[in-house]
Amino acid sequence: MGLSEQIKERLKEKITNWYQHSPHRIYISIRPQDLKEISYLLFKELNLRFATATALDTPKGIEILYHFSFDKTGEIFSLRVLIEDKKNPWIESLATLFPAAEWIEREMWEMLGVNFVGHPNLKHLLLIDDWPENKYPLRKD
Amino acid sequence: MSHKVIIPIGPYHPLQEEPEFFRLYVEGEKVVDIDIVIGYMHRGIEELCEHKHFDQVSFLVERICGICSTSHPFAYVNAMEDLAKIKIPERALYIRTIIAEMERLHSHLLWLGLAGHFIGYNTIWMWAWRYREPILDCFEMITGNRNHYAMMKIGGVRRDIEDGHLSALKKMLDELARAADMFYGAVMDDPVIKARLKGIGVLTKEQAIEWSVVGPTARASGVNIDVRKDDPYGAYDKVSWNVIVEKDGDVFAKTRVRILELYESIRIIRQCIEKMPKGEIDADIKEIPAGEGIGHVEAPRGECFHYVKSDGTNRPLRHKIRAPSYMNVASNKVAAVGGTISDAAITLAAVDPCYCCTERVAVIQKDTDKKIMNGWDLIRLSQEKTERLRRGLGF
Repeated sequence: MGLSEQIKERLKEKITNWYQHSPHRIYISIRPQDLKEISYLLFKELNLRFATATALDTPKGIEILYHFSFDKTGEIFSLRVLIEDKKNPWIESLATLFPAAEWIEREMWEMLGVNFVGHPNLKHLLLIDDWPENKYPLRKD
Repeated sequence: MSHKVIIPIGPYHPLQEEPEFFRLYVEGEKVVDIDIVIGYMHRGIEELCEHKHFDQVSFLVERICGICSTSHPFAYVNAMEDLAKIKIPERALYIRTIIAEMERLHSHLLWLGLAGHFIGYNTIWMWAWRYREPILDCFEMITGNRNHYAMMKIGGVRRDIEDGHLSALKKMLDELARAADMFYGAVMDDPVIKARLKGIGVLTKEQAIEWSVVGPTARASGVNIDVRKDDPYGAYDKVSWNVIVEKDGDVFAKTRVRILELYESIRIIRQCIEKMPKGEIDADIKEIPAGEGIGHVEAPRGECFHYVKSDGTNRPLRHKIRAPSYMNVASNKVAAVGGTISDAAITLAAVDPCYCCTERVAVIQKDTDKKIMNGWDLIRLSQEKTERLRRGLGF
């Protein structure tokens, strides 16, 4: 059984949309509240590697794509979550599951203002420490 | 009472090409914690890309890094070709592969030279950089530039490689293969280097997975990943070569991986020269549809990851760039902690950090926060340790 089938079977109704763009590029839309559990499954149980995450400012809210790579087959599974509350966006931190997520969450926090709840060290990574509050360089508004 | 000391290294580290800042917390000789501060080189390129035409972006991302400069545009064009489902001419695939492997050769030699200097082997430094020079000359011959080759474009490459240039390239590879033999002998059989680098800065396989490190850093820790094999792009699936994997995870294993990869790169380029078909080099792409694409390539330091989202206009809506050092430098948090100060310089350098890609070192007395050493002192300490080992071994 391929990894796609395994993920589909394990997640079932937790998947709100499954989109395969090309043979090795799969985008899985999920609800923000399921993120931590699904990430645990992908990283710890199915042994995917955490490549990085992309945060986008969209008209509907802040969208985050968590890119997981399965190096045995070269497939990249991107978990897509939408945080609708743009005034006070927050999501659970994955840095407690695996340290690889620490830096990218700090970056998304300073660039788009997403609060990663539970992050052990949420401070500036790329911007200077006295960067003005509530100014987020990658916000479109 | 124990004295905790903080040693600052950076922001201007004399041996790295870019600013960096590591704050090492030490107790006596032992490193107990490390604080990595980056951001000195942050230029907001992701945001800049959103204001450039798709064709201009490949030039812009090429300027992210001066050493692995072709990896970023290569990953970017892969992402765009995934987004728009573009098939590119076969000759262009081979040319891309040749350029990317030449880059790996010069990048690994650059690292080998720096690593040699860090442990007090200045002869290795001079040799490595002497053999790196002909590669840069070949780049100048083929692309017109020693760095920033501007070869990658969406749908193909911008310049063809002439037959005359191929024979010069072959000659350079023959000389380099002999030099690689010399490096292999000089580094692998030297008892002082072995004593100096074995068991230093160990990153275990479990840690490598937890921190999701990539490239030679991961492969030296027994993690068998290489984008060229796992998700082939360019012409990597059309030539035969091996992924170099070591088990120990120390600085010696990382050195071994890089030296052995020199041979593999030479093999790949030679086969590409033989197999490269004649024909078109550009698919002539005019429009980019709305959609999203992911491209990744194996840069000399590991996986370089690009994500692009397009809304059907002529500029990216979002362009996410993740360089390999972003994952590798963070792992120093476990690799350098537990070691001694004299090993810190070489451990921190062993991941072949690239700061303009990621984005800096100080040793501080922990209870007083007093800075007592800088980067120069650390390299001196490192070189002195090699000297002690050399005398101890009777050389």
